[in-house]
Amino acid sequence: MAERAIKFYQVGSHAVGNRLLDPALATVQSDAERSNTITKGHRACQGCGEALGARYALDAAMRATDGQLIAANATGCLEVFSTPYPESSWRLPWIHSLFANAPSVATGIAAALRVKGHDEVRVVGQGGDGGTADIGMACLSGMFERNDDVLYICYDNEAYMNTGVQRSGCTPPAARTMTTQAVGSEPGNVFGQGKNMALIAMAHEIPYVATATVAELRDIEAKVEHAMSLRGARYLHILVTCPLGWSCGSAETIRVARLAKETGLFPVFEAERGVVSAVSKIRRRTPVEEYLKLQGRYAHLFKPTRREDVLAHVQAIADRNIERFGLV
Amino acid sequence: MLEQLEGSVAVAHAVALCRPEVIPAYPISPQTHIVEGLSAMVKTGELAPCEFINVESEYAAMSVAIGASATGARTYTATASQGLLYMVEALYNASGLGLPIVMTIANRAIGAPINIWNDHSDSMSQRDSGWIQLYVESNQEAIDTHILAFRLAEELSLPVMVCMDGFILTHAYERVDVPSQEQVDRFLSPYEPRQVLDPSEPVTIGAMVGPEAFTEVKYLAHVKQAQALDLIPELARELDGVLGREQGGLVRGYRLQDAETVIVALGSVLGTIEDAIDQQREQGVKVGALGIKAFRPFPLQEVRDALAGAARVVVIEKALAVGIGGIVSQDIHIALGSSATPVHTVIAGLGGRPITSASLTRLIEGALAGELAELTFLDLNAELVERELQRTREKRRSGPHAENMLRDIGVVAAGPV
Repeated sequence: MAERAIKFYQVGSHAVGNRLLDPALATVQSDAERSNTITKGHRACQGCGEALGARYALDAAMRATDGQLIAANATGCLEVFSTPYPESSWRLPWIHSLFANAPSVATGIAAALRVKGHDEVRVVGQGGDGGTADIGMACLSGMFERNDDVLYICYDNEAYMNTGVQRSGCTPPAARTMTTQAVGSEPGNVFGQGKNMALIAMAHEIPYVATATVAELRDIEAKVEHAMSLRGARYLHILVTCPLGWSCGSAETIRVARLAKETGLFPVFEAERGVVSAVSKIRRRTPVEEYLKLQGRYAHLFKPTRREDVLAHVQAIADRNIERFGLV
Repeated sequence: MLEQLEGSVAVAHAVALCRPEVIPAYPISPQTHIVEGLSAMVKTGELAPCEFINVESEYAAMSVAIGASATGARTYTATASQGLLYMVEALYNASGLGLPIVMTIANRAIGAPINIWNDHSDSMSQRDSGWIQLYVESNQEAIDTHILAFRLAEELSLPVMVCMDGFILTHAYERVDVPSQEQVDRFLSPYEPRQVLDPSEPVTIGAMVGPEAFTEVKYLAHVKQAQALDLIPELARELDGVLGREQGGLVRGYRLQDAETVIVALGSVLGTIEDAIDQQREQGVKVGALGIKAFRPFPLQEVRDALAGAARVVVIEKALAVGIGGIVSQDIHIALGSSATPVHTVIAGLGGRPITSASLTRLIEGALAGELAELTFLDLNAELVERELQRTREKRRSGPHAENMLRDIGVVAAGPV
């Protein structure tokens, strides 16, 4: 395609527009020939971070494998909104089996491909945080431990959104869900619990683990691309805003995800064989309050009385992440 | 070739001859020797190409099998008892998706109390899971039925369980005839899936189906299983020709001609039953047996025909539907329809209790004398049960049942009383 003169423009953040980049570095999404792996017509909510994340991740994986890709999907929002029978948004071979077994189904696909000599065809497993960190944990850990040739992507929206916003093992402290109500002396989810899936994945010493957010879509693409250049078990944990479950505006998806990273609450990093190999630095360190106040799930921290103690507790978590991962 | 083999080893050989391509496995007694045998064959390269995957649970075993089968690989696994229950969700998924996985069930009891020995509680609990269920009587039948099972599964695109009695068959050394590779290849062609995850022709498998078509999708599964009622005898005849021995189809009668009393059973106990029948026949008692090989789909017509001349039917069941009694008996009742033939349910062999020829003889004599109740527990120690019931009446905190009862009969070291 002939290069076109374009105008400089800047988006509402520190990111610059894609069109300023060297064409070789252009995003998969800017390519008119992108695969549209999850195509239009699905039933995701307005502003759904998971739909956005899945689109970028899978289109990148499709480009990296030259379209030779099969996906195994856990039960959850992504599965439900993309495949209301007899319609399907998927333009790749895709299977949904159960809630807890997407990593194992992916293992089976990879094994069948290996035995049939189709090494060029690659496998992605995917699910939400509930399907990954809670009910699917055993299958995922087994897949990691065997180092099966699967990229597993967790789209983490920090609760069971498909069933109506209930707490998961990835729900952050103080967050309101339908099973951690904003009532009582300690409203919202408890402190001191929850799983850091990326660290758990790293403990298996698999070839590649990375985290990302839907605020940095090019970063998702780059990480997927790198993951697909490797063999063995790989894990990508993407924080995906859920406007419905987090009670934020559907136009705030990117902003909220960016603040999760900029506050230090969601560290963005990569790890190889269990060791952190790269960290996305915080560009503009932001107090957690800026992140929390955009979301109705934390409204009880501000009204009717401001909970300085809880805000300080959440800030301490962010500060610890910043120190632990060297985020500034 | 005639060989003296352990049942599990014989099954491992039979499965290997079927050229499975993916075998996910998780250990559980008494199935373990089967997958151990297959693992060794894959590791030495004797069975190739094949991926043997050591998974972390039975749930994962069936899930890996689902992924592999959906990608077009011939897929096999084996389990028993708690393992079968642990994979239940995936069992329904495999049948619902129409994936022709073959699985051996080394039949074993279900706890609590934990018990590793044989009965049919495990596979009977999955009779409605959409899997075809074939019960075998001997290790030779186990070999042959596995070969038939792969062909049956793949022709119908449905999963098949081959149920063989744990320990009684799996751990028994018997003389068996293991077919040659050439014989098996003649009967079983490479797997050609009806649906496959293939980037050159992308499909969505496992979409959500609402009320508008759910009934039809389920009914289709019923229709497909019913096709097995024709296909099993057809394939069995074809396999007869290849192997030079008779397979038997859906059911198998034993001295049914003029039999007034017919004993119905599944699996290895049929051997003992046949011995007991021979003894009775010598005394002129008109008794026969009906072995049910295909329990799902249930061969209603064949059972009806076989029982047409019977004055009474005694169903020996190695499983208990707590709260009602028999499981197989319910299907026998349906087969008999409005017929007035009395059906007696005998729960026997639970948790590995031997079903002896002597007990069967007493049972037959009782039936002939009209003394057999509608529901009987063979060789039940009623006194032991009564003592425990008495304990529960006397004392609120009477303690764990099983431990109390074991202490009563003095088979284990008793704890503090």
